[in-house]
Amino acid sequence: MSTDLFRYPFDLPLIARKRRGLRDELLAGGPFTDIKVAILGGSTTSDVEDFLELFLLAAGIRPTLYVSPYNRFYEEAVVDDAALCAFAPDVVFVHTTHRNVSAWPKLLAAESDVAALHAAEHGRFEAVWRNVLDRTDCLLVQNNFDPPEVEPLGHLGATASFGRSSFVARLNQSFAEVARRTPRLRIVDIHSLAARVGLSAWATARHWHHYRMALTTEGSALVAHSVAKVVRAAFGKSKKCLVLDLDDTLWGGIIGDDGVDALRLGHETPEGEAFLSFQRYCLALKERGVLLAVCSKNEEATARAGFAHPDSVLSVDDFSAFFANWSPKPDNLRAIAASLGIGLDALVFIDDNPAEQALVRRELPEVSVPRARHVTEFADALDREGYFEPFTLGAEDVQRAAYLKQNAAREAVAAAAVSAGDYAAYLDSLEMTAEIGPVTAAYFDRVTQLVNKTNQFNLTTRRYTQAQVESLARDPRYVALYGKLTDRFGENGLVSVIFGREDGSELHIETWLMSCRVLKRSLELAMFDALVGAARRRGIEVLVGHYEPSAKNAMVERHYESLGFERTAGEPGGAAVWRLPVSQVTHAMNTHIRTKGDTDGRHHPETDAAISRCAE
Amino acid sequence: MDAIIQRLTPLFRDVLNDDSVTITPESNALSMGPAYDSLAHINIISAIEQEFDIRFEFAEIVGLDCVGDMIALIGRKLAVAA
Repeated sequence: MSTDLFRYPFDLPLIARKRRGLRDELLAGGPFTDIKVAILGGSTTSDVEDFLELFLLAAGIRPTLYVSPYNRFYEEAVVDDAALCAFAPDVVFVHTTHRNVSAWPKLLAAESDVAALHAAEHGRFEAVWRNVLDRTDCLLVQNNFDPPEVEPLGHLGATASFGRSSFVARLNQSFAEVARRTPRLRIVDIHSLAARVGLSAWATARHWHHYRMALTTEGSALVAHSVAKVVRAAFGKSKKCLVLDLDDTLWGGIIGDDGVDALRLGHETPEGEAFLSFQRYCLALKERGVLLAVCSKNEEATARAGFAHPDSVLSVDDFSAFFANWSPKPDNLRAIAASLGIGLDALVFIDDNPAEQALVRRELPEVSVPRARHVTEFADALDREGYFEPFTLGAEDVQRAAYLKQNAAREAVAAAAVSAGDYAAYLDSLEMTAEIGPVTAAYFDRVTQLVNKTNQFNLTTRRYTQAQVESLARDPRYVALYGKLTDRFGENGLVSVIFGREDGSELHIETWLMSCRVLKRSLELAMFDALVGAARRRGIEVLVGHYEPSAKNAMVERHYESLGFERTAGEPGGAAVWRLPVSQVTHAMNTHIRTKGDTDGRHHPETDAAISRCAE
Repeated sequence: MDAIIQRLTPLFRDVLNDDSVTITPESNALSMGPAYDSLAHINIISAIEQEFDIRFEFAEIVGLDCVGDMIALIGRKLAVAA
C-alpha cells in the first residue's frame, strides 16, 4: 500500500478510524527492520501504541511492543525492572505528560523550596533514565512536559517561580541538560507539539477523566509521530537528499520565459520573500548535511543563471547534483540518486507542479513526494514530517556536501583514467592514505551512524544501536575496526567498519561495510590486510565471511570470492558463508593506499611492510 | 433513523476492521462480538464526533446501552446544531 497516508499532512481521524485495517495492510508489505519497543506510560497509552506502530511500519520498521501497566512507568523502570530487562528493548519510550508531575510548588513558595521540589521531581525521572540506560542497550526516548491545561495564577504562572508554567519550563530545561550529555537519551519536545496543535485539540478533560488518556487521539498521534521520527533517524531511515524543482519552487516565475531579472525573489514582494524564506530553509538543511539537488525542465545554462540573481541565497555550489534538461523527471531522479551513490528511497522531491508530482509518485514510488504545492507550504511539509530528522550532528554531517564535491573532481580524473585503460594509475594518482584502527569511544557516534545507513557495500546489513556498538567494541571476543581515507582532494572521514567475532579458532565477520563515498578505491583491500593482521595476532586460523543479500547489496555478493575465500554454504544470489584459512594469505592485498594506525596499538609488521612498499 | 444508521455502518466496519458488520438499533457491545472492546468503543465515539461534527459530554456516553440510544443522542445533537 502507499505509505503517503502516514506522512504529514495526514488525515488523523481517518487513520484513527481505520487503524486496525491499515495495520494489516502495512504488515502485508515489507521488507521490515524488526525492533523491540517498550512503552512506559504515565497514562493510558493505547492510542500512542497504535499510532507508533503504524508510523514505524510505514517507514519499514516492524516493532514488537512491550507496554507497561497503566501509569507504572517509574516502577517498571526502577523498582521492578525484570520484565523490561527480559524484553531487551531496542527502544524505550517514556510517555509522560504534565499529568505525571507528582507535586506542584505551593502558592508563594520560596525559591529554595521550588528548587528543592524541582530537584526531587527531576530526580525521579533521572532515576528512570539511569536505570534503563544501565540495564538495557536501548535508545531511550522521553517526553518533556506539555503546558498545564489550566493556570490558576494567570499570567503570573509563567513568571512567579512557584507558577506551574514556570515549573514546567524549569523541568524541561533540566531534562534537556541531561540529554545534551547523554547520547542515548532523546527528548521529544511535546511542549512545542502542544503549542502547534493548540491545547484544546491536544488534551481534553473527557479524555483524562473518562479514559485516563493524557492526550486526545490527535495529540497521541502527534507524539507517536515525533517518536517515530527519532526512531527512524536512529535506524538509518532518514532521507539524505532534497531534490528541488526551480521555477515557482525556488523562485517565482519561469526563468526561461521571463529572464533572471523578472524572477520574484527577494524582499520587494511578499511572494519574493516567501521564495527567499524557502531558499533559506534549504540552505539550513544543507549546512547540517542534507544534500541538495536540482531537477528542473530548463536549459542548463538558463537554470544556473537563476542563482546569479542578486537576492538568491542559494548558489550553484550548494547543490551536489544539478540536472536541468528536458528529460522526464523520473529519469533525472534516477540519475541524481546514481550520481550521489544513494538509493531512490533517500530522495525527497519538491515541485510545485502537481502533474510532475503525480508522475514521480507513479513511476518512482520509493521517492518521497510531499503533498505541498505552494512555496509557503514546502518548508512546513518537510519540517513537520521530519524527512531529514538528524540523529547526530557531527563534523561528518557538516562536511558531507564537501566530500561529494571532491568526489566529482575524483570522478573526472577517474573517467579519464578508465578511458585510458589505466585504473591502477588513477588510484595511485589519488595519493591515498588510510588510517585503520580499533573502534574506540571517539568513533562510537560515527560508526553507529555508518552501520545504520550503509546499504550497498554492506555484507550483512546488520544494524546496531550505539549501545551495541559500544559493548561490542569493548568485548574482547570482537575485532572492531574502522577505516578513514584521505587523498589529495581532501578527507573522506570514517568510511569503513568491520566487526569480527572470535569463535574458537575462527573469526566470523559479522559486519563489513564501506560508505558509497569511497567505492572502487581499493580501501576494502587495506581493511582486509588489517583484518588479517588482527586475526594473526589472535591466533585465528580461519576467517569466516557471511553474505546476507538485501535489496541493495548485490555489489558485494562476490566480495569474499574476490579476496580468495571459498564458499562453503549457500547458493549464488542467496545468503552464503565463505571461508579462508589465514595461512593461505601470503601477501598484502592493498597496493594503492598508504596505511597508518594499528589494529590494536601494537607493532604491526604487515602494515609497516605495506607502507614501505607503497613508499617505494 | 435509517439515514443515521447508514452513516454509522461504515464507521463500525472501519473501526472493527470487518466489512461484514451490520448494525441495528438493538446492537450492543455484546452482540458486536469480541472485536468490540473498550478501545474500539472509544474509537467509535471519536469517529462519530468527526463524522457528524458534534461533541459528546462524557455523561452522555455513559448512558448509552445500544446503537438505538446512540442514534437518539446523535439525533438530539444534530437537532440542536440545526
